[in-house]
Amino acid sequence: MQQPSLAESTVSPGRIRGGVHDALPQDSAHKHVSGEAVYVDDIPAAEGQLYAAIGVSDNPHARLTRLDLQPVEDMDGVVAVLTANDIPGVNNITPTVGSEPVFARELVEYAGQPIFAVAAKSVEQARRAARKAITHYDDLDPIITVDQALEKQCYVLPSHTMKRGDSKTAIASAPHKISGNLRIGGQDHFYLEGQVALAIPQEDGDVLIHSSTQHPSEVQHTVAKVLSCPNNAVTVEVRRMGGGFGGKETQATLFACIAALLARETRMPVNLCMDRDDDMIITGKRHDFLTEYEVGFDDDGRILGVDFSLASRCGISADLSGPVNDRAMFHSDNAYYLENVTINSHRCKTNTVSNTAFRGFGGPQGMMGIETVVDEIARRLNKDPLDVRKLNLYGVDERDVTPYEMRVEDTNLSTIIRDLEQTSSYRERRKAVAEFNANSPLLKRGLALTPVKFGISFTLTHLNQGGALIHVYTDGSVHLNHGGTEMGQGVMTKVAQIVAEEFQIDIDHVKITSTNTGKVPNTSATAASASTDLNGKAAENAARTIKNRLIDFAAQHFETSAGEVSFRNNEVVVGKQTLPFAKLVKLAHQARISLSSTGFYSTPKIHYDREATRGRPFYYFACGAAVSEVVIDTLTGEHKLLRVDILHDVGKSINPAIDRGQIEGGFVQGMGWLTTEELCWDESGHLTTHAPSTYKIPVCSDVPEDFRVSLLEAANKEDVIYRSKAVGEPPLMLSLSVFFALKDAIASTNGHERSPRLDVPATPERVLMSIQELSHRHSDKI
Amino acid sequence: MTTQIRFLLGDKLMVLKDVDPSMTVLNFLRCVVGRPGSKEGCAEGDCGACTVMLCELRGDDLQYRAVNSCILFLPVLDGKQLVTVEDVKSENGTLHPVQQAMVDSHGSQCGFCTPGFVMSLYTAYQTERSLTRNQVDDVLAGNLCRCTGYSPIATAAMRMYEYKEPSVKGNNVLEQLQDIRRNEVLELNWADRKYYAPASLTEFATLYAQYPNAHILAGGTDVGLWITKQHRDLDTIIYTGGVQELLAIDETSDQLVIGSAVTFSDAHPPISRLYPDFGELIRRFGSVPIRNSATIGGNIANASPIGDAIPPLMALGATLLLNRDGETREVLLDDFFVGYHATILEPGEFIQSIVIPILHKHRLGVYKISKRFDQDISAVCAAVSIDLEGDNVRDVKVCYGGMAEVPKHATECEQALRGKRWTRETVDLAARALQRDFAPISDMRASSEYRMLVAKNLLVKFFIETSAPKTTTRILEYAATFAG
Repeated sequence: MQQPSLAESTVSPGRIRGGVHDALPQDSAHKHVSGEAVYVDDIPAAEGQLYAAIGVSDNPHARLTRLDLQPVEDMDGVVAVLTANDIPGVNNITPTVGSEPVFARELVEYAGQPIFAVAAKSVEQARRAARKAITHYDDLDPIITVDQALEKQCYVLPSHTMKRGDSKTAIASAPHKISGNLRIGGQDHFYLEGQVALAIPQEDGDVLIHSSTQHPSEVQHTVAKVLSCPNNAVTVEVRRMGGGFGGKETQATLFACIAALLARETRMPVNLCMDRDDDMIITGKRHDFLTEYEVGFDDDGRILGVDFSLASRCGISADLSGPVNDRAMFHSDNAYYLENVTINSHRCKTNTVSNTAFRGFGGPQGMMGIETVVDEIARRLNKDPLDVRKLNLYGVDERDVTPYEMRVEDTNLSTIIRDLEQTSSYRERRKAVAEFNANSPLLKRGLALTPVKFGISFTLTHLNQGGALIHVYTDGSVHLNHGGTEMGQGVMTKVAQIVAEEFQIDIDHVKITSTNTGKVPNTSATAASASTDLNGKAAENAARTIKNRLIDFAAQHFETSAGEVSFRNNEVVVGKQTLPFAKLVKLAHQARISLSSTGFYSTPKIHYDREATRGRPFYYFACGAAVSEVVIDTLTGEHKLLRVDILHDVGKSINPAIDRGQIEGGFVQGMGWLTTEELCWDESGHLTTHAPSTYKIPVCSDVPEDFRVSLLEAANKEDVIYRSKAVGEPPLMLSLSVFFALKDAIASTNGHERSPRLDVPATPERVLMSIQELSHRHSDKI
Repeated sequence: MTTQIRFLLGDKLMVLKDVDPSMTVLNFLRCVVGRPGSKEGCAEGDCGACTVMLCELRGDDLQYRAVNSCILFLPVLDGKQLVTVEDVKSENGTLHPVQQAMVDSHGSQCGFCTPGFVMSLYTAYQTERSLTRNQVDDVLAGNLCRCTGYSPIATAAMRMYEYKEPSVKGNNVLEQLQDIRRNEVLELNWADRKYYAPASLTEFATLYAQYPNAHILAGGTDVGLWITKQHRDLDTIIYTGGVQELLAIDETSDQLVIGSAVTFSDAHPPISRLYPDFGELIRRFGSVPIRNSATIGGNIANASPIGDAIPPLMALGATLLLNRDGETREVLLDDFFVGYHATILEPGEFIQSIVIPILHKHRLGVYKISKRFDQDISAVCAAVSIDLEGDNVRDVKVCYGGMAEVPKHATECEQALRGKRWTRETVDLAARALQRDFAPISDMRASSEYRMLVAKNLLVKFFIETSAPKTTTRILEYAATFAG
């Protein structure tokens, strides 16, 4: 925190710098801009350090009948080559159930699956060598698509059903019915820093791993399994990631394991830094879905019954596909009350890379289903989709129970929508859009407002725990450590603010330190938007423990009562006297008071019975809504976002600048998923979009200058840290408004007579083909 | 002849003799001189995390350019100043306005892309006095950020001029660069690899005749990937960037002659003035760092089906001046390509210049269709030039990229238009004729059906633009003026 912010950070007199609610810059901002922030691949190479590369299968499904590595070993600079046969422990890195090998041995299951690794004296030598293996395969039939997997009933996990009421009867007896399907594409994380691990051998055969991971504990435990050593022989450290987004929750483990195996083999430090193309080919992505729906509704557009079938491409293994698909089911209601509902979920096994966590974790795909249904209803009834959305919204104290029987309390949903409708001038703009479209033959505009209600908590209840470790040194400076990892989302800054607030010292005195499995053990992944909730509370508890010791000590030392001791603005008030925080700390140390403490937190109230699909899987909901306006070119399908208005509930924000950054960034990332980011596989199961030249995430010009973000700062009703709300994932789904605005613009090309068919991502090609299909359908009917 | 390269790294003079000529500047920075601030995000010039600034002599002036260090070969630095993110802070540790504006605007989250953004903006800070949001979009088109959603970075870009100007660091850059200016051939030998950087056309022609199998290195935006992605060995490289004659732009009343080593950035202003639509295409070609390196000659010689410069040049009837050991011949661009990545160039022969006719009566429409507007490779690129006499089509050229193995004329379509009345009926017939001209492929950029449909529609769009000029047809122009 060397660079005080000139801008939004407000310092009030008599108040510490950088307490909670301050809009501080990210703690590393000044190091980011000067290139001084150290990422794993920036750690200076030790003498003799080796570099690794991975040799992969070129075949999506085959028996590996021959693997000749002599040509690899013969290459310049090669020091070691490892296969599955060289793994001392188990050749399985699955984070959940089933099997996912480090190296495929006899059976390869996707094109790009690792089969061996090489360590060489330079990166270039390693990468060249990794291409030299001679492989022979006996081809097996691959299953590449969801449709193929459904046909063969090939699943990584059993199908799962959530049901409430009697949707069959409700749909059958409804005045109106619509059925249809929607294809929802996947998404590559495209963290700017690729996967990377640096493994450094220690004495006793131990290993220290610098890993770019959201889940250091899982890396630690899995490396130990693979090396066949106890967990305490492996230490994993993470200072920061160059982006994660879910892509480094389980996916970092493979690279850490390979680096560790090679380090153990060679007794030298080994750096495994992935080339972008290899990274995109080897690592899992957001699940793509085929969603089918059938809905029955009344004349007003009220949903009476709805059925969903969600089928997702999971790839070769379970990875996190279970909870991802569960979350898709949990969010198939989004913001709407569904009295009679059946949700079937199929987790398809395919010969493609194993899909994984990605910001939203199935929620976005689940929401796309119901938002499509609501949009279709409105278009059938020729109503403004916003009116149908409002009609079906969860109520207050009525119509407020989710399909899994959790009560929706205090979501602020109706307030958010009402406010946003007004501040965005939705109704006026709806008229303006219609007027423009009537007079513009080639360009058409579209408008949509969509809400988000996102459940906060890991749906696997036991993961909802956080840990922290705090030391106060005799000069009053504080060492802060906790289980959260920094991937740019600002968890380090927020937790430091919480600790500064607790001790009432300027944040400059709080040292943010690398996440390390040696300091806080057995942590949960930095995921599910919950890291500040969990680790912030844990750090607050740790700080409070030390603070209470200091209070007790001060009361005793100055012969007063604990109630007479208070901390404010870098000082401690004890009765009538005031002394600097550091002074009290020094006195306490001399009096042999412990100035170090762990802290722990587990989320209350949550429980879930997965068999019964009933319970309270979420502590609370984070909600928001967005209005997007777009323009499309009806001759080319090109489109552009013109304006965005967002109102998002962050509770009482711990850091409004960071929260705003999460909202804007999440929205744009979601917009990329829904518009330009297209993952393509060829028929032989090879990913053809594995670099930024072919896989297009949004750039600056895709984001409109007119981008209005407001925070709804209503205190969280639940006792979350400083009454804030989680903000990492929910805003991604605000981008659904872009997709439905595009659909609205397309619908205008035939006077909103019929609803267009539009799949995700809505590339220019899909938009143009949708317009074409609509006009053909139109002329067929006439 | 000299056998050492000399350049400034920040304000320090570097003299290197034994270097791998195909080592990238990024590897040099990160692995040789311990400057890990510049990052590798893609190693193909598409993400911008490796962006650095080059300062070079232009006559007796300095020119500042942001480039992608990941696909820039080290010897290309000869005679230039390389400025990296490590050089931007002032000596007393104060952040530069670019950096402070980024901090204050919350322009970094994970921070991995940030050094690249800082260098793109730092370069703009040297060359511009202010930036509008549209200009920011252009300046940053080559920098990907996955965290922020760009708005705070754009804010920083516009606000950086409000901060107190830092004192100029490393004075006498001009003098230092003049001191290391090279007027002779640079020759490097490293292992089995040779690298030549001739300074004159004669030297270049002679060298290439001597080494007809050498790889010609111009901007390196494609050749760089042969190293970083294909791990190829390039035995002999001849670099065109120092050949003065190939860097020339000459404009007369009836033609614009562009040397083959002229970058897109340098070719942009004169082309844009003559043919605004062609200029807009160049604005969307790659990104600023790519255009600062990539050359029009390279774009043509590469003979890619999706070389964006080619359709408009063809539609304008451009010719190429070819040179082989000093012997020149002029050929129509139409006749240059013989197949996928194949041209009529003989061994040792190269493109010396591109001759663009200045057509006073023609109207040129150019369209680029891609998944993303900025820094994307075309699914289809179309260029139509037309000379109308009343509503009679006196002359017309319709050229497409992305529709066949090389960019080419739609001859059936042109035939359906030439000498006909310029009406919607004629255009519809001509659009249908495109099906006889092309059978485009399906790939990750677009399907065959879409390519054909959009190719037809672009001709219709051009018709509407000529016949009903008041109709709003350009989505980017519309979006730029939209006020919600």
